[in-house]
Amino acid sequence: MGVVVKIPTQLRAAAGGASSTTVDGTTVGEVLDALYEQFDELRERIADDDGLRRFVNVYIGGEDIRFLDGLETAVEDGDEVTILPAVAGG
Amino acid sequence: MPPQSLSCKECKTPYPLDARYVCERCFGPLEVVYAPREDVDVAALRRRIQAGPHSIWRYQDFLPLEAPPRGTLPAGWTPLLRADRLAEQLGLREVWIKNDAANPTHSFKDRVVAVALARAKELGFQVIACASTGNLANAVAAHSAAAGLESYVFIPADLEEPKILATGIYGTNLVAVRGNYDDVNRLCTEVSGEYPWAFVNVNMRPYYAEGSKTISYEIAEQLGWKVPDRIVAPIASGSLFTKVARGFEEWIELGLVDGAVPTMNGAQASGCSPVATAFADGRDVCRPVKPDTIAKSLAIGNPADGPYALELARRTGGAIDAVTDDEIRAGIKLLAQTTGIFTETAGGVTTAVLAKLAERGDIEADECVVAVITGEGLKTIDCARGTFETHEVDPSLEDFEARVATSTVAA
Repeated sequence: MGVVVKIPTQLRAAAGGASSTTVDGTTVGEVLDALYEQFDELRERIADDDGLRRFVNVYIGGEDIRFLDGLETAVEDGDEVTILPAVAGG
Repeated sequence: MPPQSLSCKECKTPYPLDARYVCERCFGPLEVVYAPREDVDVAALRRRIQAGPHSIWRYQDFLPLEAPPRGTLPAGWTPLLRADRLAEQLGLREVWIKNDAANPTHSFKDRVVAVALARAKELGFQVIACASTGNLANAVAAHSAAAGLESYVFIPADLEEPKILATGIYGTNLVAVRGNYDDVNRLCTEVSGEYPWAFVNVNMRPYYAEGSKTISYEIAEQLGWKVPDRIVAPIASGSLFTKVARGFEEWIELGLVDGAVPTMNGAQASGCSPVATAFADGRDVCRPVKPDTIAKSLAIGNPADGPYALELARRTGGAIDAVTDDEIRAGIKLLAQTTGIFTETAGGVTTAVLAKLAERGDIEADECVVAVITGEGLKTIDCARGTFETHEVDPSLEDFEARVATSTVAA
């Protein structure tokens, strides 16, 4: 069954137009690695040497992974991982 | 100085001037870049500005529009008041209050919404939307009504009632999200990817943010074409804070004003202080927090412009401080009782940080300091409750004299 990854509109061109995909993994880091295996172009858009680029936000079931264990956060089959750009508000 | 393109603040990739906000290459935020100006006739440019309308559109040369819009709510050109009694109380010499509560919907958000909505119309959008902590909701609903455009306003469900009522009255589609502002923002980021709407602070953000520069243009013009030594301003996402400095920078570069970018002091509430915490810890990125503060208009736990706010405060020799809810209430009271200006909680945060800086001795005796008061006290009226006593009397002179202590009567 795997983990569903939702891809934001800005990255869909680099993912063959897909708005979501399903991958396997037990942590967020593994899920993202599996995502980069499918769509190699996404790696440099999302990741940098320290992990995630600073304007990339990743959520599991709506919770920011920075409130959890970051890239080490455990995921289970059926979880939904959402990638979104950081947005200023007010 | 016509707008030239959008550009990624991180990797400088250029994009056309349409509705987008994220670099497709590195996910960095986009900002408006203007064509360079050459051979500026400073005197002529000042005259042109002075002959303009008493609103932000007097600065149309510095805004990202093809032409100034017509028939809009007149945002901006708010009073800059010298606050001598406040200065005296704080042991300072020259303090000014930029009172942005004096806008059509009583906060600085009228500036940014006016610019974003005008650009959205130029781009042909029919629906305006936003994710809001309240002030933006008021502004989007009002400016959309004035322009005859449909609007969708997304707010946290637990927002202060005056802000909800002062939004719904304009006939917007009000969506109360069960969650905090960061949840609302995340939802709107997803919605903006699926619906052809102009979200003023999502896909229109590069234009929206430019509106905040008009605060510094006004301050400089109202001070007699001068740059103040220090600015104290609140930080929620960090957009206003960074754009106020940008406004001064642009005018200094053009030669419209002399001097250097002011020392920039940011103000946050302790219950939501990701930027102040990162400043104190010497970090250049913010760790997000779950907000818990009475300053709901500043309750953004995941501030996207945080890294830029940190860089700015450090570069100008400023700081970013946080104050408690009690200090915020005291700040509201201090401003009200020394200037006659009743501000909302965000203004209480700004005033309390100003007081903190004065007490700490950060402000030199000869400095010209401007505090940016971003919103109106009636929007967070609950904070005034229980802070004073009322003398209740029968309608007779006898009862008045009996119940009201003679010490309170200056007869």
